[in-house]
Amino acid sequence: MIELPPAIFFLIAAVIAPILPGSLRKVVLLATPLIALAVVHSIPEGPHFEFTFFDIDLVMARVDRLNRVFGYIFCIISFLAVLFSLQNNHKVEASSAMIYAGSALGVTFAGDFFSLYVFWELMAVASTFVILASPDQRSSKAAFRYVLVHLCGGLFLLAGIIFRLHETGSVAVEFVGLTGLSSWLIFIGIAVNAAIPPLHAWLKDAYPTASFTGAVFLSAFTTKSAVYVMARTFPGTEMLIWLGAIMTFVPIFYAVLENDIRGVLSYSLINQVGFMMCGIGIGTPLAINGAVSHAFAHILYKGLLFMSAGAVLYRTGKIKCTDLGGLYKYMPFTCICCIVGAASISAFPLFSGFVSKSMIVSAAGHGQLLVVWLMLQFASAGVFHHAGIKVPFFMFFGHDSGLRPKEAPWNMRIAMGMGAFLCIGIGAFPQPLYNILPFPVDYVPYTGAHVVGQLQILMFGALAFALLMLSGIYPAEIRSINLDTDWFYRKGFKGLYNLADQGLNSINEICNRIIAQGWTKKLNTFFQQGPGNISMIFLKPIWRVSGISQDDQDQRAAKLLEKFRHSSFTIGNTALFTAVLLLLLILL
Amino acid sequence: MEEKQGWFDSNKNLVLFLRIFYASLVVLLGIDFFIEKHPDFAFDGAPDFFAAYGFISCVMLVLIAKVLRMFLMKDEDYYDD
Repeated sequence: MIELPPAIFFLIAAVIAPILPGSLRKVVLLATPLIALAVVHSIPEGPHFEFTFFDIDLVMARVDRLNRVFGYIFCIISFLAVLFSLQNNHKVEASSAMIYAGSALGVTFAGDFFSLYVFWELMAVASTFVILASPDQRSSKAAFRYVLVHLCGGLFLLAGIIFRLHETGSVAVEFVGLTGLSSWLIFIGIAVNAAIPPLHAWLKDAYPTASFTGAVFLSAFTTKSAVYVMARTFPGTEMLIWLGAIMTFVPIFYAVLENDIRGVLSYSLINQVGFMMCGIGIGTPLAINGAVSHAFAHILYKGLLFMSAGAVLYRTGKIKCTDLGGLYKYMPFTCICCIVGAASISAFPLFSGFVSKSMIVSAAGHGQLLVVWLMLQFASAGVFHHAGIKVPFFMFFGHDSGLRPKEAPWNMRIAMGMGAFLCIGIGAFPQPLYNILPFPVDYVPYTGAHVVGQLQILMFGALAFALLMLSGIYPAEIRSINLDTDWFYRKGFKGLYNLADQGLNSINEICNRIIAQGWTKKLNTFFQQGPGNISMIFLKPIWRVSGISQDDQDQRAAKLLEKFRHSSFTIGNTALFTAVLLLLLILL
Repeated sequence: MEEKQGWFDSNKNLVLFLRIFYASLVVLLGIDFFIEKHPDFAFDGAPDFFAAYGFISCVMLVLIAKVLRMFLMKDEDYYDD
């Protein structure tokens, strides 16, 4: 096989796909992730495709055990997402999704920060077009905010990379650690893409507005490529433990209140990435393995959940809790796949989340991080509550919405079925996943205590849900939105604009009144009339002594003042006046 | 598409479902006394700790969310100009 960076295949497909006829285009789009998967699998460890550019060593691909796992899963989810998307004939979305997937692979395998940065920005732009391709009217404004946030994050990253080049002379993608300004800038740049609060609101703002297929792509790449880069550059950073724990904690409250199913999934996505950040922060081999395997499992079950929500949106045109319900009779296959995704994200034994998330929670326990451990367990119960129960319950059960849709089309069923199969496969037989993790795995997920403990958390969480629902305490589904940190740039910036508008304009007004209208006018009047008036003081007594009549005096004064106003003295007069003045100066 | 009769439309099935659910809760509470524990902290080896923690967490979650809703909830067109 010709050795090429895996990203290239997606970029080529993105260019040629739009000019191909319908069925051939679909074949190319489906084949691309499979070819890339074979390349990711076969490429040997170590640096590849190196060249020097302005004395900087660029490495297009440096492969090791950490990034190969991400390479695998990005190719797998691309294939499933393309298969799911066959009904969507939007060429811009298809090509943008290919560039998006390719640039995520580019970020994953980049051996130097400059290549990483180029792919990072390409990913931001391509994903913006994926959002823009949506028929939802909200998407264009959301995409605009999305790209501004990501370009801003990208600038932080770029500034960090340049400072780091000056400090260390190296652009290699390796351990950075929070040490100085450059590392903080890089950290913030990555944190934006990882949706670490308070930099997370772009995700919930944009993802629910994407098309029924676009959200499947979006759910996979941006945050998880940031997880990879964070695991590469900041493992063992203590602050990440706390940021991760907060990240698991805060979004679940929002998810309980959220009315849009894909909004709920967006918040639970942030919550799950929080577990990964926490694992990276703990930094032990067990925790890093946990974070990486959880990213792998998460991409599959989150993709599955977004696919089932997408299938419902495709068939019914609706996606809000208030509009949906009772669909299990009409879309039973989609319903079962959604429940498999929900069980996986909730970490039920025999489902994928159980074998991956438990490594992170155990690592927190082994490290005696009591508060973090309690927060993670709370969030585990919480994620079951909203993603595990709420999402399937309000779409497929709950009240009868009156909707009578057909089951999802065959290709969507195959894509969802494969996703569900992998979720159960990983959960039941975790060893193949454990074998490809960065560190050797010495962890047994299926112990009696662990299985029973986890089941107790989940089942008694379910009991709480049932009791709260029956007693009417559970917050009713209301057509509404909930304020999040995007308020600051959606309303806050508007306030800032108004403040600037009114504040600066009133200062302008005052300045105009005092300086332009007041002082300048007075100065102008003074310079126009001052010399004439001063002359009058001297001339009037002389005229009076000379016996000139009052009328004559007034006429002369008016004439002279007019001359002063227009400075229309003849050269002779001016010369005479100057000569007299000079003479006086000499004499005195 | 014509009306379909679902499994949960039958009251009998719903009662059966709930009975299985409650029975599994009882089994989980009972079985925990016979499980070998590997606790990391002083308290997580206590029988049925996770059942209590899961239940309390979810109740707290919903109650806190209800309070937050008072401050956070806005109309759907809140951001529209």
